[in-house]
Amino acid sequence: MKIVVAVKRVVDANVNIRVKADATGVELANVKMSMNPFDEIGVEEAVRLRESGAASEVIAVSAGGPSCQETLRTALAMGADRAILVNTEAELQPLAVAKLLKAVVEREGPTIVFTGKQAIDDDSNATGQMLAALLGWSQGTFISKQTITDGAVEVTREIDSGLETLTLSLPSVLTTDLRLNVPRYASLPNIMKAKKKPIDQVTPEDLGVDIAPRLEVLKVEEPPVRAAGVKVGSVQELVSKLRDEAGVI
Amino acid sequence: MPTLVVADHNNAALGAGTMSVVTAAAALGQDVHVLVAGLGASGVATAAAGIPGVAKVLHCEDAAYEHGLAESLALLLVRLAEGYEAIIASTSSAAKAVMPRVAALLDVAPISDISAVLSADTFVRPTYAGNAMATVRSSDPIKVITVRTSQFETAPDTGGNATIETVAAAEAQALSSFVSRDLNITERPELTSARVIISGGRGMASGDNFALLDAVAAKLNAAVGASRAAVDAGFVPNDYQVGQTGKIVAPELYVAVGISGAIQHLAGMKDSKVIVAINKDEDAPIFQVADYGLVADLFDALPELERELSE
Repeated sequence: MKIVVAVKRVVDANVNIRVKADATGVELANVKMSMNPFDEIGVEEAVRLRESGAASEVIAVSAGGPSCQETLRTALAMGADRAILVNTEAELQPLAVAKLLKAVVEREGPTIVFTGKQAIDDDSNATGQMLAALLGWSQGTFISKQTITDGAVEVTREIDSGLETLTLSLPSVLTTDLRLNVPRYASLPNIMKAKKKPIDQVTPEDLGVDIAPRLEVLKVEEPPVRAAGVKVGSVQELVSKLRDEAGVI
Repeated sequence: MPTLVVADHNNAALGAGTMSVVTAAAALGQDVHVLVAGLGASGVATAAAGIPGVAKVLHCEDAAYEHGLAESLALLLVRLAEGYEAIIASTSSAAKAVMPRVAALLDVAPISDISAVLSADTFVRPTYAGNAMATVRSSDPIKVITVRTSQFETAPDTGGNATIETVAAAEAQALSSFVSRDLNITERPELTSARVIISGGRGMASGDNFALLDAVAAKLNAAVGASRAAVDAGFVPNDYQVGQTGKIVAPELYVAVGISGAIQHLAGMKDSKVIVAINKDEDAPIFQVADYGLVADLFDALPELERELSE
């Protein structure tokens, strides 16, 4: 059983981003980039399945410019066997990424695809669901647990008021939530080994996929800044301010 | 062509978020229809018909929709999509699962988590945990939209008189099946619709200490939330989580207790009307967004707060 894991290169979660002065986007020059944290969880889950013998091969896939190879190397250092970069400098929106992943999946024939539930840059929360739709597969979104049984996978999903368990036919696209696992740190020997693992490169044209954006970004702005308020000296003062000044209790 | 709202419901009651989605749908400028697909959900359809501004309710009864499984519901929405220019839903976990699937089947780009409607094809949506607001224009013939409900007024739930039309189920599929649901039953209001929220962070130190928050919450009729740090530490279940990767809330009053104020948490609550922070670290970033900050040990402040509120 092969597993494909989609990984996205994003601004690191600890960076305070800045909106560009010309309102065309977010400043990415000289900003620390990392693998989307939810995708790390996907890589970890896939590697654990291979280590347990349930899976035979883990293939990490990313779409974007050449710098995404760095993100793929991270996946390889965590234990993925090989990687594929869909190389393009063009703007990629979730629908286009889902189509590119579909083309890769059709070439590779995995039984499970892991994607993060959302990327922490565009916060769309869409690619995994769209990939499942395009493939005509089942989808397990926001999962915190998965158990593979004969021809199916049972998933526990994080839903608004608790947990939900579903049985999904395989093949399936699973999107990871935070509590699925705690991703490992790549060890130095594994980082060295990862340098020798192969990264294949293809282009959207090779895959025959139209990646034209459907959403035009007209502008990107900072949200209104919330002014800091006042410090109060005691609980009593706090309660009286909330009652008399703010009128919220 | 009209706009189709996909109702949130549990077959027994209409979800509060749907009231805000109706407001967003009305802003698109077309007639508003509401789809209620479920099993034994006729009460929900009747409730939806009572929302002022709703012209028609589409009611579809079928076992396939009892648990809102995305694969089945998506096929129904795709069939209904022909008659609509926009399909719009909340950012409930059910809607987030199904709407992108619908969009892909229609070959359109989903427009996720909008915070404002500027015109029928132009929307504002938060990105980067709400630190960059993107204005986007869709060139697709059908807009598939999810709505950040905290950013839209709640439509009234009575006064309307929409017609209810029964629609047939879409073709069956067997990709997924429901096993069980394990819901956290609480006496407190729901996070996404509560007027007051009190949340705890890593500073709470243990799950047991959340009882201190519960006691204050009971006085304020507040929902209880948590930061991701508190969830990761295992103090409370994940459905308590407020933040970029949890629930996005904007109550009248948000009280953050023992929460340092990471950007991922601020993303989930900074649109609250009044923010209170209680933290013993006076340099905690949470104080930068708080209207009222109290530098204090929460283990002293919470019992005192409960006493003050009792008076």
